Amino acid sequence: MQDFGEAFALAFGLVLSPTGDLLEIVGLSLRVSLTATAVACLLGLPLGALLAVTRFRGRGAVLVAINALMGLPPVVVGLLVYLNLSRAGPLGFLGLLYTPTAMIIAQTILITPIVAALSRQILEDLNAEYAEQFRSLCLGRWQSVQALLWDGRYALLTVGLAGFGRAVAEVGAVMIVGGNIDHLTRVMTTAIALETSKGELALALALGIVLMAIALGVNALVQSLRMSAERRNVYA
Amino acid sequence: MRDLVFPDVVPRTETDLMPLELEGVRLCLDGKAVLDGVDLRLEGTGCTVIMGPNGAGKSQLLKLIHGLKAPDAGRIEWNGRAAAAVTARQALVFQKPVLLRRSVAANVEFVLKARGRDRGLRNGLLEHVGLLDKARQPARQLSGGEAQRLMLGRALATEPEVLLLDEPTASLDPASVLAIERIILRARERGVKVILVTHDTGQARRMADEVVFLHRGRILEHVPADEFFPEPATSEARDYLNGRIVV
Repeated sequence: MQDFGEAFALAFGLVLSPTGDLLEIVGLSLRVSLTATAVACLLGLPLGALLAVTRFRGRGAVLVAINALMGLPPVVVGLLVYLNLSRAGPLGFLGLLYTPTAMIIAQTILITPIVAALSRQILEDLNAEYAEQFRSLCLGRWQSVQALLWDGRYALLTVGLAGFGRAVAEVGAVMIVGGNIDHLTRVMTTAIALETSKGELALALALGIVLMAIALGVNALVQSLRMSAERRNVYA
Repeated sequence: MRDLVFPDVVPRTETDLMPLELEGVRLCLDGKAVLDGVDLRLEGTGCTVIMGPNGAGKSQLLKLIHGLKAPDAGRIEWNGRAAAAVTARQALVFQKPVLLRRSVAANVEFVLKARGRDRGLRNGLLEHVGLLDKARQPARQLSGGEAQRLMLGRALATEPEVLLLDEPTASLDPASVLAIERIILRARERGVKVILVTHDTGQARRMADEVVFLHRGRILEHVPADEFFPEPATSEARDYLNGRIVV
């Protein structure tokens, strides 16, 4: 067990001159979580928009279900994906277990409800303003959905960010379906868990610092995009 | 004020939507009748002005005839066709501009694209409503008068046979009012039937070919403008025109 001071010093050293291993882990983390976020947005944003513009019997129940799914425990998602992808499972023939693809699938399932539920809320407010005008213009449902998604794009950036934040920070799902295999499925969170349990605090801390820097960087990027849009008053 | 130019973007319209017939129309909101026993027949072209005090049901009447709402009782037909079936052949300009969070040009383009019309018409329409020099500006940065002109440009982009306007110049400056009235009159000259809801008696006098006077959800008068303004038949209309508060 290293003492804390030493661990911090080593950690900052690692961040400043990262090793190949560290870069590999960070790279895989970003690849998995960014892909999962992109897929979740592709599925969740149109779903959220569709829920915002449609009224049907049982809509309330669907909204409750989606809102509840926002709180899905990552380990449960991991377990369900594991059961499906394991050799004996229905999708075992794909041979995806313990691959980055399995991790992407698990994180996508985890964050799609978040993207759908939050975008539904934002777009429903926007739709309240547009709905009558759209009906007067006799727009089809798909045209309305497209218009809402485009006009809500800056607010929806935050939704994507929330999804990414959840994906990149979770450990339970990727641990179960990825297996934390060195050079193959080891990401920042699983590495932190492993290194901490081994007492290798420097590497764990270095990864933690990188993780927080990424979170900060992505937030700053989204914030500056929104602010520049507001300055141009596009999203007034 | 800069003179507006009128290129030929609003084609001459011949509509077979008229006459518009309402029979025994009743509309309730929150259990209270806002329109009751409304019988009305509007013919041909020209500008019909719907007047009446606040809460008379003018805006609701406009939404009913545009097919955005269904009446609780009664019949609304455009030359025998149900109101909701011909919504696309009309355009409604709302009292409060509803502009997309895009540039001025993109607002017009959105409607042209949605209607499958040539997007090359965009600049002509913007010029028609005097906004070509603001084409690239965010629509929601426009002043009240400009925003309402953009609403009109967008409405005209749908090639409407009937133009419905819900107090389009409420709380605008005189120059904007004049600009908007000229655009509306130009559409009327092109054969577009105009149905205008207004509070402004001066505007009603300038625009109306005929007047429908609405009071407490009922039509009290429906007469040609040159009869209504000199000699309103009902005391409510007389009081209203004389600027007395009518409730």
